[in-house]
Amino acid sequence: MITLAEGLRLPTNGLDYTILAIYFIVVLGIGFAARRSVRTSLDFFLSGRSLPAWVTGLAFVAANLGATEILGMAANGAQYGAYTVHWYWIGAIPAMVFLGLVMMPFYYGSKVRSVPEFLLHRFGPSSHLLSSVIFAVSSVLIAGVNLYAMAIVLQALLGWPQWVAIVIAGFFVLVYITIGGLSSAIYNEVLQFFVILAALIPLTVVGLKRVGGWDGLTDSLTSSHGDAFLTAWKGTGIGEGNPLGANWLTIVLGLGFVMSFGYWTTNFAEVQRALSAKNLSAAKRTPLIAAFPKIFIPMVVVVPGLIALVMEPTLGKDKDGLQYNDAIPVLMRDLLPNGVLGIAVTGLLAAFMAGMAANVSSFNTVFTNDIWAAYLKKGRPDSHYLKTGRVVTAVGVLIGMGTAFIASSFSNIMNYLQTLFSFFNVPLFVVFIIGMFWKRTSAAAGFWGLLSGTVAAMINYFGLYKQGVISIPSEQGANFVSSIVAFVVGALVMLVVTLFTKPKPAESLAGLVYGTRSPGMEEPPAEGDDAWYRKPALLGWGAIVLAVICYVPFSF
Amino acid sequence: MSDYQHEVEELERESATAARLFDVRRIIGGLFAVYGVIVTIAGIMASEADLKKAQDININLWTGLGMLALGLFFLAWMQLRPAIPPTVDELTGEPGPPAS
Repeated sequence: MITLAEGLRLPTNGLDYTILAIYFIVVLGIGFAARRSVRTSLDFFLSGRSLPAWVTGLAFVAANLGATEILGMAANGAQYGAYTVHWYWIGAIPAMVFLGLVMMPFYYGSKVRSVPEFLLHRFGPSSHLLSSVIFAVSSVLIAGVNLYAMAIVLQALLGWPQWVAIVIAGFFVLVYITIGGLSSAIYNEVLQFFVILAALIPLTVVGLKRVGGWDGLTDSLTSSHGDAFLTAWKGTGIGEGNPLGANWLTIVLGLGFVMSFGYWTTNFAEVQRALSAKNLSAAKRTPLIAAFPKIFIPMVVVVPGLIALVMEPTLGKDKDGLQYNDAIPVLMRDLLPNGVLGIAVTGLLAAFMAGMAANVSSFNTVFTNDIWAAYLKKGRPDSHYLKTGRVVTAVGVLIGMGTAFIASSFSNIMNYLQTLFSFFNVPLFVVFIIGMFWKRTSAAAGFWGLLSGTVAAMINYFGLYKQGVISIPSEQGANFVSSIVAFVVGALVMLVVTLFTKPKPAESLAGLVYGTRSPGMEEPPAEGDDAWYRKPALLGWGAIVLAVICYVPFSF
Repeated sequence: MSDYQHEVEELERESATAARLFDVRRIIGGLFAVYGVIVTIAGIMASEADLKKAQDININLWTGLGMLALGLFFLAWMQLRPAIPPTVDELTGEPGPPAS
C-alpha cells in the first residue's frame, strides 16, 4: 500500500492544470470516437481481434506500467539499489519472450477469448469456474486498491480530497470503457505510455545533473551504502547477506521463473492485449515488442529512485519522514518547473487510470464470457452479451470505487488480500504449462493442481513465514520462496492425480496441447508479416540477448 | 472445429473494429503536437527561478521540442503509411485480389 509523507505538495499552477485538463478531454474523446467501432461483443471485449502489433505491444507494456508499479519500483531502487533490475531483466523478459514464442500459438490459435476460457477447453468446468471467479474478484479488488493509492498520492501532491480523486478517476474510466470497450482502453494505454515517458525522461535528466551525473551518483551511493548496493549479484550466494534478502537460487527460480512466468503468461489483464491483435504473427509479437521498452524502463524508474536517495539521504529511515515511495514525488517537487511538472502530474494520473482500466477491461471480459455466458445465461444473442459487458463494466468500476473507500479504513486487510491473490498466478501457470505439454493431464488434475498450489503457497507464507517457523530475511524473499512452494506442490499434485484419473479424449484437445493444431491454424503469414524484422524468433531472442548484455555492467 | 471457434469466427466476420476504428497515430500525434507547443512556449518564457530549479537546464524547452518532434513523427507516419481498411473479401475470409 502506498502512503506518502506530508509536505510533498507540488507547486502546480494554471499551466499545469491546463495540460491535465487537455488530457482528460482527449481520454473521453477516445472513448466516444471508438464507440462506432463496437458492433459485436468481440469488438467490445477483444477489439474484434484486429489491432496491429505495435499498438497491442505498447498497450501490453503500458498495462503493466501503472503508477503503483512506477512509484513502487522507484521505491525498490532506493531501498534495494541496483538489485531492483532483477524485476525487469530476469523477472520479466524471459517470461514475456516465452509467452510470445511458446504459449501464444495455443492462446491465439485456439481462438479463446480469455485465459480462463483456455482452461475450460483444456481441462473442464471446475478449474474454469474456480479461476474465473478468483480472477474476477481479484481484478475488481486490485482496481479498488489502485484507486485508493491514487487518491492518497493526489491528496499529497495536489491537495485534492481523497473522495474527489476517487470519484473523478473512477468516472472517467467508467465512461471511456463502457462506451469504447477494449479499443478505448488500449488506445489510452498507448497514449499513457508516451506521456509517462515524457514525464520520466526529463525527471531523470535533471536529476542526474543535480547529483553530478552517473559518476557522481555511483560515487555518493558507494560511499554511503557500500560497493554491493550498485551491483545486481553481489552477496547473493547462498548464506550471504544482501539488501534484497534473497539468494541467487530464489532470485532465478522464484522471481525469474515461477513468479514472473505466473504473472506474465497467465494474467489476463496482460494476455488480453495480445489476444486483440489482428493475426497470429501480431499476437506473438505483442509481448516481444513490449519486451524492448521493458528492458529500458529501469533507466527512468530505478535511477530516479537512486537519485532521490542521494538528494534525501533520510529517505525511508524515519517513520515520520519521507518514505521510499516518495522518491519520484520528491524529484517532481524539487526539480521540475511548471510545464514539465504538468506533464509529470498528467503522466502519473494517466498511469493510475490506465492501470485501473486494464483491470476493469479484463474483469468485464472474464465475468461476461466465463461466468455469465458460460454458466448463468447461455445461448443468448450476441447483443445480450454486449449489453451485459457494458453493465458489468459500470458495476465493476462502482465496486472498485467502493473498495477504494473501504480500503482507507482497512488498509492492512487489503494488503493481505493482495498477497493472497498474488499466490493464485503461480499454480495457474503450473496448470497451463503442464496442460499444454502433457497430453495425458486430466481434467481433475487441473482443478486439484490449481487448488493445492494456491493453498500450499498460503500455508508457507501465512503459516510458516509469518509465524516464524522458517526464517527468511525479507518480505520479498518470502514471496519468492512461497511461489516456488506453490509451483512444486501444484506440479506434484497434478502428476499424481493424472496417474489415477482418465485423460481427456485426444480429439477434444486439438490446438490446445503441444503437438496438435487447431483447424485453420496453418494459414501463411499475412502480407508484410514475413519481413525479417517482424520474425518473432528474432525479436524474442534479441530481447533475451539485450537483457543479458544489460546485466554486464552490474555484475562485477 | 469446436462450437466456440465457429462462434468467434462468426463474430470476427461481423466485427466493425478493423473497418471503423480510427487510427491511434492521429491521437498521439495531435496531443503531443499540442503539448509540445505549450511546453516549448513555457520554455521560451522560462524565468530565472525555473532555470535554477531545473539545474540550469531549460527543461521545458527541450521537453517541449522533443514532444513536438514525436507528435509530428506520428502525424507524418500516418500520412505516409495510412492504415488500409481490410477489403470486404478479406473480412469474409475469401481469398481476395493481392494487395498492391
